[in-house]
Amino acid sequence: MAAEPRPIGPEPNHARRFGAIWVIATLIATPLVVVLVGPILPPGNGSEQAAGHVTDNTVLLAMATPVLLLVLIYLIYASIYFRQPRGGALEGPPVRGNSRVQSTWIVVTSLLVLSLAIYGTVRLESDYGAGSGSGPNPLTVPSGPKLPVQVIAQQWAFTYRYPTYGGVETPHLVLPVNQMIELHVTSLDVIHSFWAYQLGVKADANPHVDNVAFVKPTKLQTFNIRCAELCGIWHGEMSDLGHVVSGPAFNTWIHQQVVAFAPATKVLPPYSTTYLPEPTRRGE
Amino acid sequence: MSLLVKKLLGVGTAVAVLGVLIGLYIASWATSFPQSVAAVSSPVSAGTGGSQLTLETVAAIGPKYSPSHPDWVSYLVKSHGKWVRSTIYTVPANSIVHVTLYQYDGATGLRNPFLSQVQGTVGGTVTVDGKTVNAIDPEEASHTFVVPQLGVFVPLPGVPEEAKNQCEFAPCEGAAHRTIEFSFRTGKKGRYRWQCFVPCAAGWLNGNGGPMQTLGYMDGFIDVV
Amino acid sequence: MSTTTAAAPSHPDPTRRPLWRRLIGFNLLTAVLLGVGGYYLGWWLGHQVNGGKSFEYQAASDENDVALLLAYVFGVVGFLIGLGFANYPLSRLLGRPASLREKEHEGIGRYFGLCTDHKVVGIQYLVGIGVFFFVGGLNAMLIRTELLHPTPTVVGPNQYLSLVGMHGTMMMGMMTSGVLGPFANYFVPIMIGARRMAFPRIEALTFWLLMAAGFILTSTIFFGGFPTGWTGYEPLNDQAVMGMDSYIIFFTLVGISMALLGLNMMATIITMRAPGLSWGRLPIFVWSVFATSILMVLAAPMLIATLSMAALDRTISTSFFVTGGGGSSYLFENLFWFFGHPEVYVLALPGFGIVLELLPVFTRKPLWGYKLAVSGMLGVTLLSFFVWQHHLFVSGINADLRPFYMLSTEIISIPTGFIFMCFMGTMWRARTTFTVPMLFCMGWAFNFLLGGLSGVFLSDTPSDTDTHGSFFVMAHFHYTIMGGLIFTFFAGIYYWVPKMTGLRFNERMAKWHFWLMFVAFNSTFLPLFVLGMKGMPRRVSEYAPNLQGLNTWVSISAFVLGFSMLIFLFNTVYSLIFVRRPAASNPWGSKSIEWQIPTPVPVNNFEQIPTFDSDPYDYGTQPSIGGAEPATAGA
Repeated sequence: MAAEPRPIGPEPNHARRFGAIWVIATLIATPLVVVLVGPILPPGNGSEQAAGHVTDNTVLLAMATPVLLLVLIYLIYASIYFRQPRGGALEGPPVRGNSRVQSTWIVVTSLLVLSLAIYGTVRLESDYGAGSGSGPNPLTVPSGPKLPVQVIAQQWAFTYRYPTYGGVETPHLVLPVNQMIELHVTSLDVIHSFWAYQLGVKADANPHVDNVAFVKPTKLQTFNIRCAELCGIWHGEMSDLGHVVSGPAFNTWIHQQVVAFAPATKVLPPYSTTYLPEPTRRGE
Repeated sequence: MSLLVKKLLGVGTAVAVLGVLIGLYIASWATSFPQSVAAVSSPVSAGTGGSQLTLETVAAIGPKYSPSHPDWVSYLVKSHGKWVRSTIYTVPANSIVHVTLYQYDGATGLRNPFLSQVQGTVGGTVTVDGKTVNAIDPEEASHTFVVPQLGVFVPLPGVPEEAKNQCEFAPCEGAAHRTIEFSFRTGKKGRYRWQCFVPCAAGWLNGNGGPMQTLGYMDGFIDVV
Repeated sequence: MSTTTAAAPSHPDPTRRPLWRRLIGFNLLTAVLLGVGGYYLGWWLGHQVNGGKSFEYQAASDENDVALLLAYVFGVVGFLIGLGFANYPLSRLLGRPASLREKEHEGIGRYFGLCTDHKVVGIQYLVGIGVFFFVGGLNAMLIRTELLHPTPTVVGPNQYLSLVGMHGTMMMGMMTSGVLGPFANYFVPIMIGARRMAFPRIEALTFWLLMAAGFILTSTIFFGGFPTGWTGYEPLNDQAVMGMDSYIIFFTLVGISMALLGLNMMATIITMRAPGLSWGRLPIFVWSVFATSILMVLAAPMLIATLSMAALDRTISTSFFVTGGGGSSYLFENLFWFFGHPEVYVLALPGFGIVLELLPVFTRKPLWGYKLAVSGMLGVTLLSFFVWQHHLFVSGINADLRPFYMLSTEIISIPTGFIFMCFMGTMWRARTTFTVPMLFCMGWAFNFLLGGLSGVFLSDTPSDTDTHGSFFVMAHFHYTIMGGLIFTFFAGIYYWVPKMTGLRFNERMAKWHFWLMFVAFNSTFLPLFVLGMKGMPRRVSEYAPNLQGLNTWVSISAFVLGFSMLIFLFNTVYSLIFVRRPAASNPWGSKSIEWQIPTPVPVNNFEQIPTFDSDPYDYGTQPSIGGAEPATAGA
């Protein structure tokens, strides 16, 4: 018979002990996570939408922390306290279930998950969620005046058209600060995805589809634009720097572009939310 | 031979064979990077100095330069007086690069006519057969030379359809062509990609497959050193 | 009474035919020869068909997709005929007596051909999938080598995409059968008290289809590779060079293999259970196999149909997915992910089954919450068909749909949570021995926890806006698939190989393998969450220079992870070929039926069909003396 290594005495109340450890850990960790990690969570506060995502990520992190701690601490606790003593051959208690624990778990996880779904839906349909590509008919549209900007994705660069400035097309994206921008993302060939990291915007560019996203940059900045959907050889290099400038600076810039790209604007097709350029299939 | 020796021999042979196969496999990936060609440094008129790149675009590369893809469109570069199929060009930093390009291919047309305007070259212009322009007819574009990270967008007009003596396979000495010249400035060191934006790949969806997506034909790098 | 074994006679039999005569017949050599012949026949035929004016556009590209597709198809058919798969139908057609069993008594040769013994098929799967797993892993090492630098350095950007695509496709195609293939094939008939699978010949077919498929995918390097990654999105798929056809045929064959494997498992489990084995007494592993089979049967045909359409687009210029011709790129995305999402649950469910099956053995307690575990698995199975659009949240789908899919994706975490609850409940007040299989189960728990929680972030559409298509997604699915399935795959290996071979692994090397793999795995994939949140997209060999430090750390950890696999390989060769120390007949003290029958398992599994009076989780009712051997810390 193997020696029993534990001191003689009643079996400790593991439920109470583990529960206490978990509650204390949660009470310490969750506020720490919210206060310390929350503010440094991506994508930052370059726009209203990005700031909204930071809040959402913080909420998700705060709800995930107790769950993570529960399972993690349990695994460690069980590994320490519920071991087979060295050389032992003991069996554990033949317990096949506990309906109270099971129903509590089911109810709590269901509530947690449903509340996350409701929260996510509310945020998605608010202005904060408008940075995600919502197709040609978004469910909710931010109110107020919007500056339309079209993002044309092609293999392998983004170009941008400003329909309210004569449909001028530019190779770089410049946006005015503190104005709601209505982005129309489309593609000329394969599927791409317009990802403006600091602005919290991502919208897939599908051929012959108008994918609408909204963003309101809230500070002057340079932001990273990357393609987020594999589109061929230069997918990784299909990146650019965009700029958010003040209103007057934007006006100056856009009028310079209109002048500089006048030859190109003459030969461009009229502005449209989607294009079907030739050729579809290139024969001989 | 004892059983142990037999097992050792068997396992050893298997490991050796596997090792060779894995080595070959890795080597085939590691040697797939095309060769790079350096631009020739040349004293050019007007005292600007800089370096010279002589390029050529052809409608079909031919079996000599590409046994597996003789019908693919391609760029070639002149290196030591001979035409070489390479798309990785080495140029010096903080200098001017003069490019002379012999365009032997017919017109296809741009999917995005925006790219018919010249951008990023010295003077914002390109010289086609002696005439200096800042844009071309988008229907006439045959290829482009675009380095997005340097802001260089150069559309290359095609040989007219009715031209006599059109080139069959590279190198196309003496066939109908357009001579295109432009210059651009380089800044910091780095590896910058360049590509063609015209859907010039015959036989592919959107004209953007095959040579348009393979290093060594219509895509490459400018290594600024 | 006696069991037939695979032992060769000790003296050469003078009536035995010479080696060259024995090589003629329906075996692997014939299969390879006929496969090569079929390949060239198809290639030639494709060139005859694709010569006309209407296919001029293919001729301009110097590529003949029709030829390659036909070559592959004819090659696979020739391969299968050479193995002997056409013999039974042909014999029946010609009115000759057909054999129901193939090669079951043939010695080592039965592992290299069509064998109807499910145990042989299980071992064939284990080795075959293992080989392709390492090929995929080699590709991963090459990928991480390229990612040491922020600009394309080692391989060109289009080759890098082929590497990425080959890695993902090989892993996804092979590891869907990663647990069902080896372990379900070997042990499900035994666990339900049956002598064989419902369709033994089809079982062998699923294996050989997979082997042909793996070979075909590797051959893509001779045709230029493919640029789409494992998801094969149109229209880039249509634009791609000939190597894309390898991908199409690979996944078509994998889809057929999956559908048949699932069908066979379901038929076996439903109809061939021994007396007394009610659904409520079925081992939880068998339940997980059943749930996985439902997914395989329902989802795989979708993939086959989708790829057929893609092949038509590539060859005869139909426009299913080409916008200019009236098609839609969305169609492919939706069709693919309708398969793709159940596919990832095909990868997760067997892991759940293995973990919950092994836990009672090593905790010496019955499985806690059996009914809940079953409903968790079936809940996941049902819900997995309702969530696929979460891969398309930012792609511009109808915005009315997004809240629904957000809800369904959040809800699927509830049945997944049941598995964790059963895990934790089984460990409660247990007497756990941390053997190597148990360690891998603990590793699963940690990894799948992180993977699952990151999935909750991804299911929230506003949060997904930033992380879709980035390395965050990569980290999520590597944690759930590699940290989940692959860890349980190794748990299954260490647990069951002593039964399959009668030999023991070297315990110390096994523990080194686990710890190094666990630490290196987390060191590789945890930073990927950060990389994704810092804005690095997937499938790129060019990234922002400030991310190079993290990428270097990840690459080095990946090399260490690869090294841990080498330790496993060394242990395998050392223990199973050289040392060959016999294992005890029931080293883990398991009460499951596969450990109560002799090793090696006789061809017909049981002398008499057993009767069951309970589930195999009868632990804790009496001290473990007599019958099974005790599980000690060093076993």
